[in-house]
Amino acid sequence: MRTMLQSEEQTLEDIYRPRPATVVRVEDMTRTEKLFELELDSGEPLGHMPGQFVEVSLAGIGEAPISISSSPTRGRRFELVVRRVGSLTRALHHLKPGDKVGIRGPFGTWFPVDTDLRGRDVIFICGGIGLVPVRSAIQYVVDNRTDYGHVFILFGARTPADRLFTDEYEQWCSPGEVTFLETVDKRDARWTGAEGVITTLIPCIRFDPARTVAVICGPPVMYRFVIVGLKERGMAEENIFVSLERRMKCGVGKCGHCQINHIYVCQKGPVFRLSEITDLEEAL
Amino acid sequence: MSVYKLNMEQLRNWVGRLIAERPVYGVRQKDERFVFGRLKKPEELRLDYDVTILPPKKYILPTRENLLAYQPGEHYESLWADEPFVLLGVHPYDFVAIRQLDLLFEREKPDEHYLRRRRAATIIVADVERASDNVFAGCVGTAVVKDAFDGLLTRVEDGYLLEVRGEKGEWLASLLESPSPANAAELSRRNDVWENNRRRLRKHELKVPPEQLGDLLRRSVDHPLWEEKARLCYSCGSCNLVCPTCYCFDVRDESDWSLDKGVRYRVWDGCLLEDFAMVAGGHNFRPTRAARYRHRYYRKGLYVPEMIGELACVGCGRCITACTAGIANPVEVYNRLQEEPHEDDAAE
Repeated sequence: MRTMLQSEEQTLEDIYRPRPATVVRVEDMTRTEKLFELELDSGEPLGHMPGQFVEVSLAGIGEAPISISSSPTRGRRFELVVRRVGSLTRALHHLKPGDKVGIRGPFGTWFPVDTDLRGRDVIFICGGIGLVPVRSAIQYVVDNRTDYGHVFILFGARTPADRLFTDEYEQWCSPGEVTFLETVDKRDARWTGAEGVITTLIPCIRFDPARTVAVICGPPVMYRFVIVGLKERGMAEENIFVSLERRMKCGVGKCGHCQINHIYVCQKGPVFRLSEITDLEEAL
Repeated sequence: MSVYKLNMEQLRNWVGRLIAERPVYGVRQKDERFVFGRLKKPEELRLDYDVTILPPKKYILPTRENLLAYQPGEHYESLWADEPFVLLGVHPYDFVAIRQLDLLFEREKPDEHYLRRRRAATIIVADVERASDNVFAGCVGTAVVKDAFDGLLTRVEDGYLLEVRGEKGEWLASLLESPSPANAAELSRRNDVWENNRRRLRKHELKVPPEQLGDLLRRSVDHPLWEEKARLCYSCGSCNLVCPTCYCFDVRDESDWSLDKGVRYRVWDGCLLEDFAMVAGGHNFRPTRAARYRHRYYRKGLYVPEMIGELACVGCGRCITACTAGIANPVEVYNRLQEEPHEDDAAE
């Protein structure tokens, strides 16, 4: 400890200083979500893994943690899908191609695409914008298709108008061995698909719990029910991964806002193996 | 290590020379209480204080600290503060708190903003002369510090002993006029002061050995005490505000009149405040007062100790004094958990 304090060297990087990035493309997704394709001005790739997040910054407004929704296999640009929900995201929604943002990160843990998921069947279970970070893993799996077994994608949206990435489902399924099921909480006049909460999709798939890994991401209320549904089908907590939202203000394990009990989510999360957090009272 | 004997006049002159050399933040009287503030002349210094309203942490982790300056086009420039300064008269418990912050801001991802201010600080500890109403440093091993300071002042009958250490300590000693080393009798009197402070700085008696507190807390998640105490909590964050080991912060932007230039700064935040764990969109991940109240005692007694290996309550007693509802006494909380184990917990 004394070494760093007594050091005359003051060359350490500033952990709070964002890197400039440029908006390359903006796409409207729903009434409240937009997709932004970004590129770091340095030309470097972001260097992330699926499931990690960045702190997005607009000078004068502030920063917010946003999960990365594209896979590192898709080149040096990266994509964020942003729901308009607070002051920063409201401002982000006004950005056009050519505009600048600040980026810190990538931060946090990732879906174990190169370890636990590899060689296994994979179930992705996503509610609403929970599909945003998971899409990064789906792309990663699609781009390395032979490394994985059967893939199940279960997606639940509030209404048909809230569905995300609708023009990509076909591509996700095209390599084969992919089961894509979706449902909406509340149908509209034109919806002919399933209606009901996401847990209703779990009994619809056939899988071997011994060689399957599940990834869950969605609104806070969703986790308990999905976990119960998976355990009823014989899934062990060791094979279930969850991505948890918290207020990750600093991203570097200092500011305290994202803590689940003793765990700084920005450091040990947002992706957790379920068996490692079941005794944490504040987790789920 | 060198220890010098200063009479009152020598002390006054030495402080005067410190003030001439660098900004000196020392303890001054403010109405009936004491605060750390910039000293303009040595006569303002009150080493006989009991406790200051805010801890000296505020000079290393300021209430508001500029981190970055920004310009149009998302250009951010780091703002550093490394002007040397002196903290004069820091009580041992507050010094232990600063050393804990050193570990926390340095671990894993070092915070260079904190570390530069810390390196710029020359810290002179002063042994406690007058015990405050709620101090319990003697129960948590923070009544006395023996190392890592730059200077240590201890009152002995007709003056003070000054121990100096390291490079900064040498600088402190270089400003003494005709320094005379302390003799054996004086050093022995200093030992008496330490012995006495360990014994008397115990206005509340912690019955749980600090090293057992973690286990006690692990067993006490569902203890009725959290709900019972929190029912009286105003969620005002006063306990956070006065705490020498609290370091949670928020980060905000402030633009100038042109709206395109400005600064990003951090401000102290508090885990007792209602919106502390709230995310955009309004979901609050720690929505109840009981959960927030409990979180604070777990951080001090379990979570931070897991990170740095020390109890993160230094026994200053400020939270006890500051709490309007009278529910913030850590000793009372920890003792209750020990004396009345929760049935469900005990059954485990």
